[in-house]
Amino acid sequence: MLIYTARRILYTLPIMLGVALVCFALVHISPGDPLVSVLPPDASEELRLRMMQIYGFDRSYVEQFLIWLGRALQGDLGNSIATGRPVAAEVWGAVGNTLMLAVVATIIGFTLGCLFGFVAGYFRDTWIDKLASFISVIGVSVPHYWLGMVLVIIFSVQLNWLPATGAGPGGSSAWVWDWEHVRHLILPAVTMSVIPMGIVARTVRALVADILSQEFVSGLRAKGLLDRGVLAHVIKNAAPTALAVMGLQLGYLLGGSILIETVFSWPGTGFLLGQAIFQRDLPLLQGTILVLALFFVVLNLLVDVVQTALDPRVQRS
Amino acid sequence: MSKPPLVEVEDLTVRFKGARDVYAVNGVSFTLDEGEVLTILGESGSGKSVTLKTLLRLLPENRTDIGGKVRVGGEDVLAMQGRKLADHRGGTVSMIFQDPMLALDPVYTIGEQIAEAVIRHEKVSSKAAMARALEMLERVRIPSAARRLKAYPHEMSGGMRQRAMIALALACKPKLLLADEPTTALDATVQIQILLLLRELQQEFGMSVIFVTHDIGVAVEVSDRIAVMYAGAFVETGTTREIIREAKHPYTHGLLAANLVGAKPGQRLDAIPGAPPALETRPTSCAFAPRCKHAMDICRAKLPPIRRWHDRRWVSCVLAAEEHASA
Ligand SMILES: Nc1ncnc2c1ncn2[C@@H]1O[C@H](COP(=O)(O)OP(=O)(O)OP(=O)(O)O)[C@@H](O)[C@H]1O
Ligand code: SF4
Ligand SMILES: [Mg+2]
Repeated sequence: MLIYTARRILYTLPIMLGVALVCFALVHISPGDPLVSVLPPDASEELRLRMMQIYGFDRSYVEQFLIWLGRALQGDLGNSIATGRPVAAEVWGAVGNTLMLAVVATIIGFTLGCLFGFVAGYFRDTWIDKLASFISVIGVSVPHYWLGMVLVIIFSVQLNWLPATGAGPGGSSAWVWDWEHVRHLILPAVTMSVIPMGIVARTVRALVADILSQEFVSGLRAKGLLDRGVLAHVIKNAAPTALAVMGLQLGYLLGGSILIETVFSWPGTGFLLGQAIFQRDLPLLQGTILVLALFFVVLNLLVDVVQTALDPRVQRS
Repeated sequence: MSKPPLVEVEDLTVRFKGARDVYAVNGVSFTLDEGEVLTILGESGSGKSVTLKTLLRLLPENRTDIGGKVRVGGEDVLAMQGRKLADHRGGTVSMIFQDPMLALDPVYTIGEQIAEAVIRHEKVSSKAAMARALEMLERVRIPSAARRLKAYPHEMSGGMRQRAMIALALACKPKLLLADEPTTALDATVQIQILLLLRELQQEFGMSVIFVTHDIGVAVEVSDRIAVMYAGAFVETGTTREIIREAKHPYTHGLLAANLVGAKPGQRLDAIPGAPPALETRPTSCAFAPRCKHAMDICRAKLPPIRRWHDRRWVSCVLAAEEHASA
């Protein structure tokens, strides 16, 4: 298992390098002058050249890439063109917020999804199944930014129970575990959890129905197991796949939350990406995408390793 | 007074409800004494597995209509509910399935699966249960049993898996073992080993066995008595000797002709022309008539009469009844 994990990690190294290369190339394939947002429109040619030198844009691409990579490895992603602050700091702050939102949403979605999926699969083709499946279909098909707005209208505007935007009181973006902050988390997390809930529910329903139709379930009953004993077997059989789906959903939520973060002004990576794009802040864009992509790679690695550890049928050699 | 039989099945009927009904079992009756081995012999689809599953109540409850009486050890199996049913399953009666790869849970080790049954029925510690599992694996002669305890089903060969399945079925010392074609999925040489093992364990444990097969060679190998099944009903029963030497039913003759000449385990019954009937309705005449070369009008008009020498030797066919009348 250890060897497997080590090799799996080794395999991700070239992927990570590729990711870094693509992120770097982004700056150079995107049209327009990267300095346009920092320089005044009437800047002299001399000033432009000096800025080019400061940002290193005058060197060859290979040199630039190696320098950039070397710095990135040390945690230096350059400075934001718009704010002048270090990109790494901005991205890390945002990553923390996004991670928090995505993890909480995944936990909610996974728990509810497993519950609905399990019940639906266990009572397949009864009204309980139909109800649970209906809920999960809604979960997958409702546009979540729309759901977000509806929730805001109900719980913030009408009932005034929960705040509509931000990650904490007074727009602070430093997270603390207290009620004031958790209040801010509820609406975006619930909105976001709807998609993984639907997908997990569908997967788990199909899994459970499939497992229950297998002959070994007859075998379990034939040796006298009660319902809860059979249930334990069903769960252990379903777990590797269900967890893998959860891991991938977490990955999607980490990268795909621009809409929700924008609706709720949640200061995460999606929000940051939006800003970087609209302000043509290339170092920031580059850094954010790099970190997000690496996240995805690492998450895939984790999913693989966990699934292998849980499922004895997967070859470990 | 002699001991009452361990198993008493009386006029058992099983119908699957659905878009199309299936009359899978149509009036099966038999008794089985302690320590006896009965083989149910018949082609694919004749209702052998369904009969066995009824003894453990393994059929999908909401889609099946079960009629008649099934008693094991004096207990009414069809009336059992909840914990009582669960105690019956695996405790009094256990089952070996045709394909152990499908019948074992792929994500639990062999040891865990055996120990689980022991814990369930004997309320012992998991350590004691594992010790029993190991003992059972040794009893079925799995080499390096201690290591196999931690193996998953897919890590074993077909023969080993079936041995493990037998170990599991016998772990709680059942009074009755149901064996549903336990060797069909195996190579010929492995088949014989498993059959020998089963017969040896049956004698050692003194349990009763109902063995299901479509292979008359296998039936001869293992059984005291044979019941020949066709279209959901027994058509002839007798001791193994009676069935081989003095078969009366044309279907039994057909099976014998197809297999007994140079009978080897593993041969399929395929020499009787035609196919068994679809069981969408309950037969009202001899179900074998379309394939029977002796068929007469009366065979197609009503159910054939039963000629009964005694309780355990009878045949249901017009020919046998006529022979009796003219004798
Ligand atoms: N769960 C079920 N639902 C509906 N029909 C069933 C079910 N189980 C069995 N049947 C039908 O009942 C009939 C008898 O099946 P059974 O499995 O007892 O045959 P068998 O004699 O064991 O044959 P084989 O040698 O192929 O195992 C078949 O027509 C089968 O299609
Ligand atoms: S009853 Fe008639 S058709 Fe049926 S087996 Fe006997 S002779 Fe053949
Ligand atoms: Mg069968």
